[in-house]
Amino acid sequence: MADAARASSGARVDLILVSEMVDRGAKVLDVGCGDGELLRLLADMRDVDGRGIEISREGVNECVAKGLAVIQGDADTDLADYPDDAFDYVILSQTLQATRQPRVVLEHMLRIGRHAIVSFPNFGHWRIRLQVALGGHMPHTDNLPYAWYETPNIHFCSIKDFRELCQVAGAKMERAVALNAWGAPIRLKMPWWVWNLMGEQAVFLLSRRG
Amino acid sequence: MVEATLEPADRARETDNPHSLVAHFDIDRPLKLDAGVELCPFQIAYQTYGKLNAQRTNAVLICHALTGDQHVANVHPITQKSGWWETLVGPGLPVDTERYFIICANVVGACMGTTGPASTNPKTGHPWGLDFPVITVRDMVRAQAMLVDHLGIESLFAVVGGSLGGMQVLQWTVSYPQRVFSALPIATSTRHSAQNIAFHEVGRQAIMADPDWRQGRYFAEGTNPRRGLAVARMGAHITYLSDAALHRKFGRRFQDRANPTFSFDADFQVESYLRHQGITFVERFDANSYLYLTRAMDYFDIAADHDGVLARAFKGTPTRFCVISFTSDWLFPTADSRAIVHALNAGGARVSFAEIVTDKGHDAFLLDEPEMLAIVRGFLDGAARARGLMR
Repeated sequence: MADAARASSGARVDLILVSEMVDRGAKVLDVGCGDGELLRLLADMRDVDGRGIEISREGVNECVAKGLAVIQGDADTDLADYPDDAFDYVILSQTLQATRQPRVVLEHMLRIGRHAIVSFPNFGHWRIRLQVALGGHMPHTDNLPYAWYETPNIHFCSIKDFRELCQVAGAKMERAVALNAWGAPIRLKMPWWVWNLMGEQAVFLLSRRG
Repeated sequence: MVEATLEPADRARETDNPHSLVAHFDIDRPLKLDAGVELCPFQIAYQTYGKLNAQRTNAVLICHALTGDQHVANVHPITQKSGWWETLVGPGLPVDTERYFIICANVVGACMGTTGPASTNPKTGHPWGLDFPVITVRDMVRAQAMLVDHLGIESLFAVVGGSLGGMQVLQWTVSYPQRVFSALPIATSTRHSAQNIAFHEVGRQAIMADPDWRQGRYFAEGTNPRRGLAVARMGAHITYLSDAALHRKFGRRFQDRANPTFSFDADFQVESYLRHQGITFVERFDANSYLYLTRAMDYFDIAADHDGVLARAFKGTPTRFCVISFTSDWLFPTADSRAIVHALNAGGARVSFAEIVTDKGHDAFLLDEPEMLAIVRGFLDGAARARGLMR
């Protein structure tokens, strides 16, 4: 993300939010771990046993050189190789919209981990709706800086859409947080349609249903 | 052709009395071989660098490749060239001799001081030759474990190696998982492919087709199958490089001439280079050792030792792994490394995997590849923190 909101510590607000959902000392797989910022944060803040998968070679090599346990791989194809219940948490941070098969990816996450944590940019945010409805063009925001013809993001969804995916993928929602444009959580008591309108990003903590 | 200057007898002297530390294992400590026989007495020639700490937790074992030896970071006693992994091992380098106690041993079956077919058979007083039992990668690792015991080290901080060395690294983690804290298998595989066995067979046939090979009894008969061994080396050397690297280095350029000679001289630079590789190799390597070590690689198949399921070999492993491959390595391609990673993940191992972009082929692991060096450094630093090794 280009200009993600950051806390005074310098850490990205959405990553802090994710890390707060993770139990101390847990075994964690970060799918699409980029340059390893979240894994490093999790190791520092939550003392986790962290692993990562990253599709870009540069990202992987940077992570490994930092001493993180990261392999080069593709969320769409390589999650199938992991055994059931191998991790306490499987995290998909700002990556869902770039997967080819979000449903399959989510189902694997719920299979591999006892919990899944998914964060994504909310396509239901009012500013995006406005750009599409009035501007008549695909949206550009600080979080979504790409032109439509070169974006890696091929499966956008709104918070409302994601809740629907949770239903079909057999996920139980344990916690959900939406962040407004300044990276502040939206008050919990608000109804879902407010979240869907005001939340620029969302973070969901999920577990397998039944 | 340039003539080799070293006679087999000179090589044999390095074999029995090497310029190295030597650990002797007498009949009370035999090496039990996969072939079903015991090797005893035998010896292991090895080099060490750096200091073992008081807790004995900073030992790093380097495993050498097919034609390597224990002289990983010092001038070679025969070739007078600098250590074969001088880019990686040394003061301040990723495998830091100021931080770790580094051990590198000549493998069983080789010819630089550890017992092999060129060594003197104590029963006959003559070189073993083909009477030497066929050895496996597991045997090499079993012998190394005896050396590590001999040095009073319970657990190795890291085991590092490329190619055949990488096979030994993997075998270490399977044979002695509790004794390996971290493992760096580079440009390697859990099994030798059919194509690689095929290349090895060509090399062996080149040696055995040399009339000077004399059924392996060339020491007794005063000959040396240097043409056969040189051809084996030339063929193998091509597999260590890549089309792109050969093209970049030599292209179709002529060697010291403007026009072709219309003969079978080494007109092309690439021919001259290969001939040089073959000839210099003969000076430092024993032909029978080449047969034995290539055979050990051919037999290597970790999955076969575990009912055909590779993941079973690594199940519950406590070792941290960092697997590295190179884009242009067609001898041990990235797919082989991915298979290792796949099995390690299925076994729940803590594994990192990086593929390095290079056109230098299999040999890249021995060369100055900054990205590989950064990754090895980062991985070992992280493991050292986890192991509580302070700077």
